[in-house]
Amino acid sequence: MDIVVFLKMVPDVVEELVIGEDGKSLDTQSLRMRLSDPDEHALEEAVILKEKFGGTVAVVAMEAPEVEEVLFTARAKGADRAVKLPGDWTGIQAPAIAKLFASLFSSGSQQLTAHTLILLGSQAIDDLEGEVAPYLAEILGAPYLGVVTGIRLDEEKKKAIVMKEFAGGLRGEFELPLPAVLGIQAAEKPPRYIPVAKVRSIMKSARIETVEISPPEIVSGLPVDRLFMPEVAGKAEMLEGSAAEVSARMIEILAERGLIGR
Amino acid sequence: MQEPILVLAEHLRGAIADITYEMLGVGRKLADDLKAPLYSVVFGKDIVPVASHMGIADSVFVLDHPQLDMPSPDVVAALLKTLIEQKNVSLVLIGGTNVSTGIGPKLSFRLNLPFVNFCRNIWVKDGSVGLTSQLFGGKILSDVRLPGNRGVVSVYPGSFPPDAGKSDRKASIEMLDLRVEESKIIFNKYIEPEAGDIDITKQDILVSVGRGIANADNIAMVEELANVLGGAVCASRPVIDQGWLPLSRQVGKSGMTVKPKLYLSLGVSGAPEHVEGMKDSGLIISINTDSSAPIFGVSHYGICADLFDILPTLIEEIKTHKSG
Amino acid sequence: MIIEMDPVTINIFGVPGYVLFWVITLLAFGLFGKRIFDLVGLLLRARPENRFDHLGRRALYFVTYVFAQKRLFHEYVIGFAHLLIFWGFMLFAGTFAWNLLRWLFPFLPIPFADEIGLIRIFLLAFSVLVLVSIIVAAIRRAFFAPPHLQQTWDAVIILALISLVVLTTLFAIGFRAVAIGPTEAGLNPADSLLSSIFPSVPAPSARGSYLFMLWLHQLVVLGFLAYLPYSKHLHLLASPFSVLFGNVKQAGSLDVSGSNEESSTGASQWNEFTWRQLLNGFACAECGRCDRVCPALNSGYKLSPRMIVHHIKEHVLEAGLKSDHRKPSKGNGSRPLIGGIVSEAELWECTTCYACMERCPVLNEHIPLIVNMRRHLVGQGSVDSTLQDVLTKMSRYGNSLGQSERMRAKWAQGLNFEVKDARKEPVEFLWYVGDYASYDSRIQNITRTTAKIFQKAGLDFGILFEGERNSGNDVRRIGEEGLFEILKEKNLQAIEKAQFKKIVTTDPHTYNTLKNEYGLNGGSSDNERLPSDGNRVQVLHYTELLDQLIREGKLRFHRKLNYAVTYHDPCYLGRYNGVYDAPRRVLEAIGTRLVEMPRNRSSSYCCGAGGGRIWMSDPAPTEGRVETSSRRSRDGEDQPGVKERPAENRIREAVSLQGVQALVAACPKDIVMFQDALKTTGNEGKLTVKDISDLVYEAIE
Repeated sequence: MDIVVFLKMVPDVVEELVIGEDGKSLDTQSLRMRLSDPDEHALEEAVILKEKFGGTVAVVAMEAPEVEEVLFTARAKGADRAVKLPGDWTGIQAPAIAKLFASLFSSGSQQLTAHTLILLGSQAIDDLEGEVAPYLAEILGAPYLGVVTGIRLDEEKKKAIVMKEFAGGLRGEFELPLPAVLGIQAAEKPPRYIPVAKVRSIMKSARIETVEISPPEIVSGLPVDRLFMPEVAGKAEMLEGSAAEVSARMIEILAERGLIGR
Repeated sequence: MQEPILVLAEHLRGAIADITYEMLGVGRKLADDLKAPLYSVVFGKDIVPVASHMGIADSVFVLDHPQLDMPSPDVVAALLKTLIEQKNVSLVLIGGTNVSTGIGPKLSFRLNLPFVNFCRNIWVKDGSVGLTSQLFGGKILSDVRLPGNRGVVSVYPGSFPPDAGKSDRKASIEMLDLRVEESKIIFNKYIEPEAGDIDITKQDILVSVGRGIANADNIAMVEELANVLGGAVCASRPVIDQGWLPLSRQVGKSGMTVKPKLYLSLGVSGAPEHVEGMKDSGLIISINTDSSAPIFGVSHYGICADLFDILPTLIEEIKTHKSG
Repeated sequence: MIIEMDPVTINIFGVPGYVLFWVITLLAFGLFGKRIFDLVGLLLRARPENRFDHLGRRALYFVTYVFAQKRLFHEYVIGFAHLLIFWGFMLFAGTFAWNLLRWLFPFLPIPFADEIGLIRIFLLAFSVLVLVSIIVAAIRRAFFAPPHLQQTWDAVIILALISLVVLTTLFAIGFRAVAIGPTEAGLNPADSLLSSIFPSVPAPSARGSYLFMLWLHQLVVLGFLAYLPYSKHLHLLASPFSVLFGNVKQAGSLDVSGSNEESSTGASQWNEFTWRQLLNGFACAECGRCDRVCPALNSGYKLSPRMIVHHIKEHVLEAGLKSDHRKPSKGNGSRPLIGGIVSEAELWECTTCYACMERCPVLNEHIPLIVNMRRHLVGQGSVDSTLQDVLTKMSRYGNSLGQSERMRAKWAQGLNFEVKDARKEPVEFLWYVGDYASYDSRIQNITRTTAKIFQKAGLDFGILFEGERNSGNDVRRIGEEGLFEILKEKNLQAIEKAQFKKIVTTDPHTYNTLKNEYGLNGGSSDNERLPSDGNRVQVLHYTELLDQLIREGKLRFHRKLNYAVTYHDPCYLGRYNGVYDAPRRVLEAIGTRLVEMPRNRSSSYCCGAGGGRIWMSDPAPTEGRVETSSRRSRDGEDQPGVKERPAENRIREAVSLQGVQALVAACPKDIVMFQDALKTTGNEGKLTVKDISDLVYEAIE
């Protein structure tokens, strides 16, 4: 089984997000990038599948600050191949990213066969033009499902049996022929911890491949007028005072509405 | 006159999802502003009864087909493409839910139309459609335009009032006869949520915990509070992902949508995914250390404090109140 | 006639005595030597570690802890008994060695040791003292056994053997005196005393009995010798070496000796420990002193420091002795150490409070063993999910709370003066604030109070703002050595950029690591980095600095706080670094009356936060708590035995004191732990938990 995981860096929202002078993009000075959360799960799921069913895992990411560390960490987790697509990809959106990722297969750097499973994170926080996975599936002509939380492989029949989340804890089981593109919501297990020493030693022994890919004509097809901070909705009436005062006021409120009996 | 606006009706196990009414409501307004017809389309198996509830649309198209029980995004996108081309539709609204994931991008790719994700607001100004999307988990909003008012929009659940999409008017239903292509993806079965646990959607009082709980051990204290209030404990996704509470207790996208009489949130920041599942609760009281936490935006009462400072006293006071 | 009294010239069953004795001696020494050879072989195959430095200090330790047995006197009755048995043993061992020569080589022109009057007096005196000690020991074992004392047949056997050695000596001296008769020369008070006890025995049979006692004595001693290294009383042979090769350097450093690569991967089997770490098990007498002070064990957790040491010994003997020298010892059918003999859970239960190591009479090192095994678990990715989360936050944001680096100094915004940026302007004191004091909403107020005190004292101080990162104390003790290295590297880079004379820290954990593990003040770290002027950097805890400021008259108080408080010694300030008096002097200076808790200073009881415990899930104590029906335990295994958390135990100790208004701590983690415990034990109102800064500020205002 050849598993390909496409990884994407997104702004870290732990850091304060600042809108740039043009009012239409984020200020890159104060921006810190991190691996998109669902992508981390996609990588974990890939490594779990490799451990269960064998095969290889290749991770691919566009160049971005701190992406090398992410790729080395992926190698330390068990990925066999790490590929970086060099270039300045600021502002690139899902349709263009999908083209970029798809050309990895057309360039011959990675095979697309009935043994290929392509995993991506289901929806990133900056996916203004949608998640990458369905676009990539369209270009590759492969079946796609998103919000996936579990995968089993049937290599003989060349298919994947996947679980997809709906709502309220309800899930559905589907079968897809391979090659397939899946948007991962959560891996079976939370992403594993990789000790720093392991990443450091991988940095010495392994290398990151670079595959030159010509950039798509447009990075985004959607004109953004402005970015702005949501109003801090001051809707709630704030209760203040000591723990005892606050508690007393809360009980009053609950009692008024008959939510607390005697 | 503007070309028609189409809403893709979403339903799960024979019931119309709220998001459908949200889209119909805002779609109606858009259509009126643009003087365009509002269409709705339902794909499914044995789905005709559902369609009759969508009288607010000028026309409701129905395709009832045995292969459309749980159609894959591919199949839906293909059918939508045909319909849009047939009816000359310019603007398509699709639910930004787990059920409909992927349909929008596929359709946008096939029709070569722009796709707008996370849409929280749509309006018409000087004849052009404008949209507001939320980015970065709701930390930033973005205004975008649709050139030629044409595009595919994914509507973020909870952005519009569903009531505006309900109408007593009898729907004018048009049965479609489209070829349903064979799907490569096979739907096997539903997997029911873990049974045997409390059904949080049926509770009048919910005490909800978020990241601020810090540690699984602290859940005991929260359970004590829920006990004295006569309610149950639920949680936001991070707490569930840690395995501190079962999946059946999750509120929000992928979890449950709850409408209890009292929703007491503790250390929940209020990410949109969570707010989506609890914003319609009768009374929302939130405790959070961060005064700018978005949860206060949907709460009726807020307390900016460390929940561990308040909780022991609150539990005691409630006990005293009940015994007194 | 002395010559007739010679035990080796007589024939036994027609064989000359010395021939028979040669056979028995060779047999005993053979068994003894084989075992010692094997055990030393194991040590030689373990990882290397340099314990051959600081020879002067080692000699001093040897005198203090072997000859004077200082550590045993925490429990003084048995301590004194043990000291007597030890010195009695030394005397008997000495005379045995002497006699051995004479027994094996009868032609040597030397007397038997007990033929010398003075030695006989000593033998008699020590025989009596040892007998009494053994009776004390036996009574303690039978009727007053302290908790966690290992009750084994081994112990009974050894006590019986020692009694036999002593009794045969006594009888031999007695029969000898009777046989020689009261008129003979060479008799002394010992002889007179003993011969008066055996008056009725006729001389010839006394002579026979004397010889019998001598033979019996030798046989018992040789049997003892052969048995010793196969039993837990290997302790007798190994413990002098465990003391000699003990950690004579700073207690607070967990520096890995040997190659870094090797050590940071930790240990999962015997030959991945260092030889000194294996020696722990050989030296342990299973006395249980470590267990009796362990906060994890006493809270009802599974961890027992004694059993950790014992289990590793078990594993070494099981896996090590079976393994071939040339092949790796894996896969020889023995149980795995981690997960088999020692559970993962117990390894994570250690708070690294140092109480066990502080008490161990033979200077065993429990914590390095535990951390070494934790390193292995971290290397395998077997880390509790909350802990994993913290480690990830720490490596990304440099703090355990996962907040933005840029927000580190946000606490200072509430002050009415500017805190200097030590990276931009020179200051006298560089203040390492630490994670909790910087970010935790419960502690930030205290941090501001400390800043205000510094300001009032006219202190020239600054902070590193976002340049500061978690010092890595807990990270290292969790076993994530690589992350510790990175944190240290980044902190040192920030420190190098700043201009300052001394460092002051809030958190004792930070204090310990900056002081002992960063090589800033010529500590044991090999990575010595000094500020630009080449001076060694003094690292102070803020209580030390407050004490200094008071003594220099820079801090003046406007009122005396005339109430009683008690003080909790933080582990990493007290036991690890010996700072006991500075905080007490501060409390005295502000006029509080200090009431000591029963467990104070080096006996202080850990709050349960150290070594990364603060981030691990602590199962809720079972007694008197609400059932948590919906709670899913991580590995499906609940801990029904947990009685109370360490901090709750400590709170109860403080509350039991008469008239005490506040429990004063000098560590942000203590404040967090104790404030929680005050609530969970329902003792709010009886006591408040205060930082020492709170009180100092109260006296200034």
